Amino acid sequence: MEFFTISLLNGISYGLLLFMLSSGLTLIFSMMGVLNFAHASFYMLGAYFAYSTTQLVGFWPALFVAPLLVAVLGAAFEKYCLRRVHKFGHVPELLITFGLSFIILEMVQLIWGTSSVDYRVPALLDGPLFKIYGTAFPAYRAFMMFVAILMLIAIWLLLTRTRIGLVIQAALTHPDTVEALGHNVPRVFMLVFGGGAALAGLAGVIGGNAFVTEPGMAATVGSVIFVVVVVGGMGSLSGAFVASLLIGVIQTFAVGIDSSLMGAASSAGLDITPQTFGYALWKLKISQIAPILPYMFLVLVLIFRPKGLLGTREG
Amino acid sequence: MSAAYYEFKPHNIGRWILWSLFALVLLVAPLVFTSSLSQTLLSQMGIAIIVCLSYNMLLGQGGMLSFGHAVYSGLGAFLAMHTLNLVSKNGFPLPVSLVPIAGGVASMLFAVVFGWVTTKKAATPFAMITLGIGELVWASSLMFPEFFGGEGGINGNRVAGPARFGITFGPQIQLYYLIAVYTFACTALMFAFTRTPLGRMLNAVRDNPERVEFVGYDTQKVRYIAFIIAAFFAGISGGLAALNFEIVTSEVVGGQRSGAYLLFTFLGGATFFFGPIIGGILMVLAFVLLSEFTKAWLLYLGLVFLFMVMYAPGGIASLIMMNLRVAAFGRLKELWVSYLALAFTAFIALLGAASMIEMVYHLKLNAALGPQLHFLGMTLDAKGVNSWFGCVFVMLTGIGLFEVTRRHFLHQWGEIQEYIELEMKRRQNL
Repeated sequence: MEFFTISLLNGISYGLLLFMLSSGLTLIFSMMGVLNFAHASFYMLGAYFAYSTTQLVGFWPALFVAPLLVAVLGAAFEKYCLRRVHKFGHVPELLITFGLSFIILEMVQLIWGTSSVDYRVPALLDGPLFKIYGTAFPAYRAFMMFVAILMLIAIWLLLTRTRIGLVIQAALTHPDTVEALGHNVPRVFMLVFGGGAALAGLAGVIGGNAFVTEPGMAATVGSVIFVVVVVGGMGSLSGAFVASLLIGVIQTFAVGIDSSLMGAASSAGLDITPQTFGYALWKLKISQIAPILPYMFLVLVLIFRPKGLLGTREG
Repeated sequence: MSAAYYEFKPHNIGRWILWSLFALVLLVAPLVFTSSLSQTLLSQMGIAIIVCLSYNMLLGQGGMLSFGHAVYSGLGAFLAMHTLNLVSKNGFPLPVSLVPIAGGVASMLFAVVFGWVTTKKAATPFAMITLGIGELVWASSLMFPEFFGGEGGINGNRVAGPARFGITFGPQIQLYYLIAVYTFACTALMFAFTRTPLGRMLNAVRDNPERVEFVGYDTQKVRYIAFIIAAFFAGISGGLAALNFEIVTSEVVGGQRSGAYLLFTFLGGATFFFGPIIGGILMVLAFVLLSEFTKAWLLYLGLVFLFMVMYAPGGIASLIMMNLRVAAFGRLKELWVSYLALAFTAFIALLGAASMIEMVYHLKLNAALGPQLHFLGMTLDAKGVNSWFGCVFVMLTGIGLFEVTRRHFLHQWGEIQEYIELEMKRRQNL
């Protein structure tokens, strides 16, 4: 029970961070049809900007300044680069963000160095919030969950309850009509891209000190958020929410389980020795396969439900 | 039995000349560049050409943007290495020259399994799924040290089995010629593939899947078969790489490698068959020579890539073909002054920018060596105002002059294109 509760809490908080990341990606994808390969790089930029801002003015201003800076960069990239290749089709759009991820990685290494930086949790949140079964639950994890849920509600309200959301949604499906009504559609796209980048940046501010801020951090989450988006259903925000929670929980649980197929077989009376066929597979512990679980999940979802958990259209 | 209709099929002389030239280049290259470095480079280029061409079977011909192509070349390399070890340790009766084929067949089998899942979708979801599969294989490569050799990888010795005709594949030059034969054969086979009905269907699936579906073909099956064939050639290139380096580490299946294939296939030009050949050559030059020359090479590569996507989405091959068209209409000689001016001004701008990038890298990485650095024969002071001012000045001058020449060139280029269009219309009406 103790293991279960703690893993569940940790899993949900990791899942919510994944959601913060993938919501920006989903937003950009569903609004503009652009799969932003540099999304995880924006996450990394968010963490590094927050680190530098924290050094200057402290954590709380950084929480707002860093995502804003990332948003400005994202919007500028959309305006000066992405918009130019829009006429060439989807593949060049994807490729240009791929090139951007290279440049951001090199730039980060150039400015902040190749080793990790000392970006810490603020003193106010550095400590346990409460204790369950003798294990402390860090206050910062609760803060992470709080921000993610706040963000979810804010996006949902913005998209469904405001005039801006109405224009954004209409600009996706009927750009010409929206243009004719006097809205600046390219500017809407620029703002959406900037907004998506800001969400990634915010996740970076929150996740950078909960985990490690280093140049490899984009690569570690980069492919997982793509899995989240595919598993949840391309372009479905609620799907991304469900998928990120699922993946977060599954992965956290798997890391904590130390049993293997060999153990299961021996309790069933089978004797597995190093001579048995496929011994390498039998002796693998579940904790060892934790890193590949999201991808196995992806494959399973594709086989049994190709449009994703809550997706509405076939890709 | 006589044909139902008469078909006039002239010998395509241009094509014969081109392929003979290609064979000649492969044959003569190590005789011209004789140093051991160039032999290594040439061998790697052959390997890169095969893998880029096989990648382009997906990207250029099938419209499938894969982020996991290294899975197939990498697994091919591992299986080829295991086969080689079987030959050398257990006396398995397979000539070393056929080991790459074993790698190709192994990759093909992997593609039969993985491709079934990946080709369920097209376009953007396809890209993400290949990325997922790539991560899956890469993570497993560290999980099964028995097969993948863990961090250290597995190694072997290519001098194995009985020597046929006195060829042991010990010296690099013998291996180079093996690679050259494979490169020529694979290139020819892949070109032949583009002419088969399946290759044509693949192009149709890329351009208009709905219509292909409507005509009665299964788009998914076409993509699946093409995927398997591409994996076969990728596996051959992996097998050749295994023979060449005599060691295979898990990074050959990693995402970085897949990204490099994508990047260079695109830079070379995915829209033309010969584009990836240019891409493969560039890949080796960038990875081996450029990385020796400067620490900032990944940054340069990213920037070049970004500019290519923005201004020449057809890659280098399309630039060549556009100029060939101008030459065919006999107007290329008007452009050479502009080209010279463009190259010169771009060089000035680049010089300024590169000096600054080098100074920043120097400050960051070699701060202990003092602020002085040597770059292209100049001595720059990374902490001095003069150097920085000079570089900014050079770069801004370069950019300004480049902009002026670029406008002039665009005007000239547009005029020539207009002339060509008119001329083509006129010839049609003749």
